[in-house]
This record gives sequence, structure tokens and C-alpha cells, in this order.
Amino acid sequence: MDSLNSLIDGFGTALTPMNLLWAAIGVLLGTAIGVLPGIGPAMAVALLLPVTYGLDPTGAFIMFAGIYYGAMFGGSTTSILLNTPGESAAVVAAIEGNPMAKAGRGAQALAAAAIGHFAGGMIGTILLVVLAPTVASLAIGIGAPDYFAIMVLAFIAVTSVLGASRIRGIASLLIGLTIGLVGLDRMTGQQRLTFGSLHLADGVDVVIVAVGLFAIGEALWVAAHLRRSTGRPIPVGRPWLGRADLRRTWKPWLRGPVIGFPFGAIPAGGAEIPTFLSYVTEKRLSKHRDQFGKGAIEGVAGPEAAASASAAGTLVSMLTLGLPTTAVAAVMLAAFQQYGIQPGPLLFEREPELVWGLIASLFVGMVLLLALNLPLAPVWAKLLQIPRPYLYAGILFFAAVGAYAVGGESLDLVILLVIGLIGFGMRRYGLPVLPAVIGVILGPAAEQQLRRALQISDGSVTGLVNTPFSVTVYAIVVLIVAWPLIGRLIVRLRAGRKTAEESRTVSGG
Amino acid sequence: MTPESTEPAGPAGPAGPAGPAGPAGPAETAGPPETAGPPETAGPATAGPATAGGGARTWLRERTELGVCVLLFALGVLVLADALTMTVDIAQRGPVGPRTVPFVIGGLFLLVAVLLAVDVLRGGRGEAEGGEDVDLDEGADWRTVLLLTGVFMATAVLIGPLGFPIAGALLFWGSAYALGSRHYGRDPLIAAGLSLFTYFVFDNLLGVPLPGGPLMGVL
Repeated sequence: MDSLNSLIDGFGTALTPMNLLWAAIGVLLGTAIGVLPGIGPAMAVALLLPVTYGLDPTGAFIMFAGIYYGAMFGGSTTSILLNTPGESAAVVAAIEGNPMAKAGRGAQALAAAAIGHFAGGMIGTILLVVLAPTVASLAIGIGAPDYFAIMVLAFIAVTSVLGASRIRGIASLLIGLTIGLVGLDRMTGQQRLTFGSLHLADGVDVVIVAVGLFAIGEALWVAAHLRRSTGRPIPVGRPWLGRADLRRTWKPWLRGPVIGFPFGAIPAGGAEIPTFLSYVTEKRLSKHRDQFGKGAIEGVAGPEAAASASAAGTLVSMLTLGLPTTAVAAVMLAAFQQYGIQPGPLLFEREPELVWGLIASLFVGMVLLLALNLPLAPVWAKLLQIPRPYLYAGILFFAAVGAYAVGGESLDLVILLVIGLIGFGMRRYGLPVLPAVIGVILGPAAEQQLRRALQISDGSVTGLVNTPFSVTVYAIVVLIVAWPLIGRLIVRLRAGRKTAEESRTVSGG
Repeated sequence: MTPESTEPAGPAGPAGPAGPAGPAGPAETAGPPETAGPPETAGPATAGPATAGGGARTWLRERTELGVCVLLFALGVLVLADALTMTVDIAQRGPVGPRTVPFVIGGLFLLVAVLLAVDVLRGGRGEAEGGEDVDLDEGADWRTVLLLTGVFMATAVLIGPLGFPIAGALLFWGSAYALGSRHYGRDPLIAAGLSLFTYFVFDNLLGVPLPGGPLMGVL
């Protein structure tokens, strides 16, 4: 019960007045961001990176975690009341939640979502406490080739699993890796892609890339296609649940996290797939299957619990392996790098106060969120009426503040705009943004690990696969890459068998 | 890794992409849509020689994504050219120098550009990203995007001489105007309030310095 003691110490860190304040600010900001259209949690954390320059890392990460969880809570409010999901994870909530709100059961839908998030977050965080130290201790001996293998896995997973088109994902990844190349080579000091510019020799700051791609790119993209008529949110009272509803929701609340957590922990799992899986599961198990599509409360409760649990799962791989599986985790990893902290198996040994304070604050944040969201839901819903010009002008404004605060140079604003325009073009042509961000953040580190591994093996490529860990990881990579081929093969085999059977029956008959 | 990136370049180019790709490359990907392309792939659609010119233009308009391929190709050439012109003999440590990774990335760029072009010519399309406030049914509003870009560039220029409070307020007001807000009394007030508030929070509370400019000199 070593981790239990550490967790109690963590509560000591999390419950100091200052850190409680950061947690409260985080969940408030996060809920607002989740409710507001156009701002996702990744953009929010990216915009807040410069704010935290003056903070100690523990406070900063407590706030970021609050934003992450809070945005999940808030996103479902938008889904249910406006039928426009704020976060991709909240798409499923709109399917059942919005019909419920239209039928006058909005309060129940909001309550089912909020408690679902609470249950999912709690169960997910408990699993995080149990699993993370074990994973970290298993991974403690890993060296350069293993790190490189993990990063290759991250690259492949983020380009192959997410999005509709692999080739577009790879193009996006390459753009990110190229931005990561700019600057002085870390091992030899050689200038790369600097074109003689002294400013570029320092490299392009990750904050500027993240803010440019997420905030500027998004604001410009929305500006080009701004919906002139915004839907009106359905008015709603205080969320509450009757006994009959409770009887229908408690099982989905417990099943959702079981589906959500593992998907959060695997690379590029994210929250979209598990929320959908949870929805399908609840539909199959429900006694009220005829209500699905017209406002079944199980279809809100299960997926929302899965979404929050997947956020906890994301933290497992981020904290123990330094492997970001979602956009928010990627930006948080960039924040770790800013503080000079390397997330990975050693994090639990080197920074116990930070890690356990962060984990404990997740529990605190969950309670704060439930206390805030149940009574305040009608107030949050008012945020939906903010005039869109102010919203997107505000995003551009804070993006400029953030980029300027990095180094106090107006040239950074120009770079920010250029990267924002790249982000705009990527959205236009269906290149996913996440691979680019992962490429910028992990690219330089991956190159360093690759070169270190090859230095040890004296240039022999076998140096990359000489540990069981790395071989396992590469096996997973091969599986991911070959998956579509395998799938096609299975389909063809089945089809072949079917035609064979048919011909047999034909010839037999 | 290196052989993987150079070998399958077959479908597009006769020469290896690493070497003399610079001049020959872009012409290859840009080539098909202009000349060879329409008769081959859009064959059934083109009616006759009289409409061939207009047909080619609409053909291109439906495949603007080929521009992305050209850009990716150009990026690959840029990365490769930069790696080739590097002088590495000074401080090479270990078997892998600073050029290896750029070579791999540049080569992959060329490969991806070609594969994406093939995908587009076969009818593949990148799906434009949706969102809560995004209405994809109407065409892009380029005027707003250009205005916003202009306002942002102006901010980059003005933030030095005017300081953050003024430049930031102009950025917010200008952006809100570009996005269609026309409250001439309320907009500047909100802009000024937000800018000043942010300045004080960053400068005093968070310890992140922003330039005050002449305005703060007066106050």
C-alpha cells in the first residue's frame, strides 16, 4: 500500500489553500471552456501555458488537470442543451441528451451526465492510482532504444488510428517534425532550417506551435465558415434525478468507466471510440431499447462516464511513459518540458510531490465539479449566448498575449500567424492537427533517443531492437500498420468461403 | 528507414527523390492536372475539344488539394536541400549526424506528396473539419479571413511602438469588427477594458512582463 501513503501525502499537497485555489480556477475555467463553443480543452491549456510561467509546476498542473476534467463536464452541457457537441467526446451525449431536453427532461439529462462524469472520473482516477506506479516500476529500466520505440509507436498510432486518411495523418506528422527540426541541432550545434536567422536558431517554441495550430488556426477556420444563425439553447432548470431514473442510470455509470479507461491509456485511443462503444453497449443492455434515439437516459449516463474515465487513462500513459495519447496530454507534455521535467518512469521517483499532488487534486477537482455543475447548470447555459465575434476575437487576443509573453518579440507573433495559417489550411484539406502537434513535441526527443541508441550500438541498427521492451513495442507498431491489410484479408477470406459454399450448394443442388 | 523512403518512389519519378529532385520534382506533381490529367482520368466527363479549356479549369478547381501535394513536395525539397548544404565535418559525434533525420523526413515528404496526389486523382478528398459554429454548406468567407490576418499583422507591427494595452485593444476591436460586430460604442470599450485588465494581470499578478508603451508612460 505504498501508493496509498503517497496518495495521502498528495492530498497534503493538493489541499493547501493555494493549490485548492488553482484547482478551483481550473475546474471553473474548464467548465466554461467546455460550455463555450469553439474552444476545446487542448486550445485552452495551450492558451494558458504562458500564464503559468510565473507559477510553480505543481500549481500549474493542478490547474491543467482541472481544465481537462472540467471541459469534459462542460462539453456535455452544450451537447444536451444546444445539440452541438462542444468536444468530440460529447458527440454521443447529444444523440440522447438533446431529445431529452426537447421533451422537457433536460434537468435529468444534465444530472445523468454530471454524475456520470463524476463516477467515471472517480473510478478512472482510482485505477490511475493503482496502475500508474506499477507501470512506472515496470518501465523503470528502459533506455534510449525503448524510448525511441515508444515515440515511434506514438507517431504511428496518432497517424493511423485517428482520422479518416492515413496519408493525410502522415503528412501532418511530417509538418510537425519539420517544425521541430528548426533550430540548432541539440547534439552538434549544427544549424538546421534556420536560413541564417538568429531568431530561428533558438527553434520555434512549442507554445507558439500549439497556440498557432489550435487557437489561431481554429479561429480563422471558424471565421471563414461562421454560422450566421446560432441555435437557441433549450432553457433548463436545476438538474435532478428521480428514483426511476436512478434505477436506470447507476449501472451505466459503473460500466462506462470500464470501457473508457483502457481506451484513454492506449495511444490515440482518446474519448471518441469508448463513448461510442459505451453507447452501443447501453443500447444493447437496456430494457428501454425503444427509447434510444428519442431520449434514453442510459445513453447519456454511460458514455459520459466513459469519457471522464478515458481522461484518467490518458494520464496513466502520459505520466508513466511520457506518451501523449490525446491533444490535451500533448500540450500538457509540452508544459512539462517547459519546466524541464521529463515525464516517464522516473517521474514518480523524482517528483513525487508533483505527481501525487496532481493525482490527489483530480479527486478534489471531481468533487468541486459536481458541486459546481449540479446547481449552476442554468448559469453555465447562459454562456452559450456570448456573441460569436467577441468569442473569436477573444481567442485571437489571448493567443497573441500568449505568444508575445514567450519571448517578448513581435517576430513571434508573425510566426504564430504563419503557423495559424498552416493550421487553417490543414483544417480545410482534412489534415488532422494532432499528429503535427505530437510531431513538434516528441520529434526532437525522438531524434535524440535514436542517435543515442545508435551511438551505444556503434551505428548498428540492431541497437534499436536489442531489448524485449522495444521488440514488443515494434510488434504493436507492425500490428497497427498491418491492421487494414489484415482486415481486408479476413473480409476476402470470408467472401471466398461464402462463394465457395455457394458454389458447393449450387453444384450439389 | 532510409531505403524505405527512397524505394517506393516508383509511381511518380524516374530519378531518386534525394538527388536532383529540386527542379524536376514539382513539375511532376503539378504536371498531370494541366496537361495529361483530364483526358486520362476525367475522360468520360469531358465532352469535346471545344470545352476542353473550361473543363480543365473546373477539373482543377475540384482538385485544389493537389496544391497541398505541391506544397508538401516543396517542403520535402526544402528540407533535403537544407540537409545537403549542411557542413557536418566539424563536430560529428556518433554514427548518426544532424543530417540523417532531415534526409528521412525530406524523403518521406516527397513520398507522401506523391501518394496524396495519387489519392486525390483517384477521387479521395480530405474532409473539411466541422465544428459547433462552423457552417460548411456555404463557401469560405475569404474577406473575413484576410481582414483578421491583416489585423493580426498590424498588431505584430504596432505592439513595439504602441505597447501592449493599445495594440491589444486594437487587435480585439479589429477582430470583432472583421467578424461582423458593429457596436461602435460597446466594442471599443470592451476591447480597452479587456486589454488593460490583461496587461495588469500579466504584469503585476503573474510576473510576465508585457510592454506598456507610451500609454503607461503617461499614466
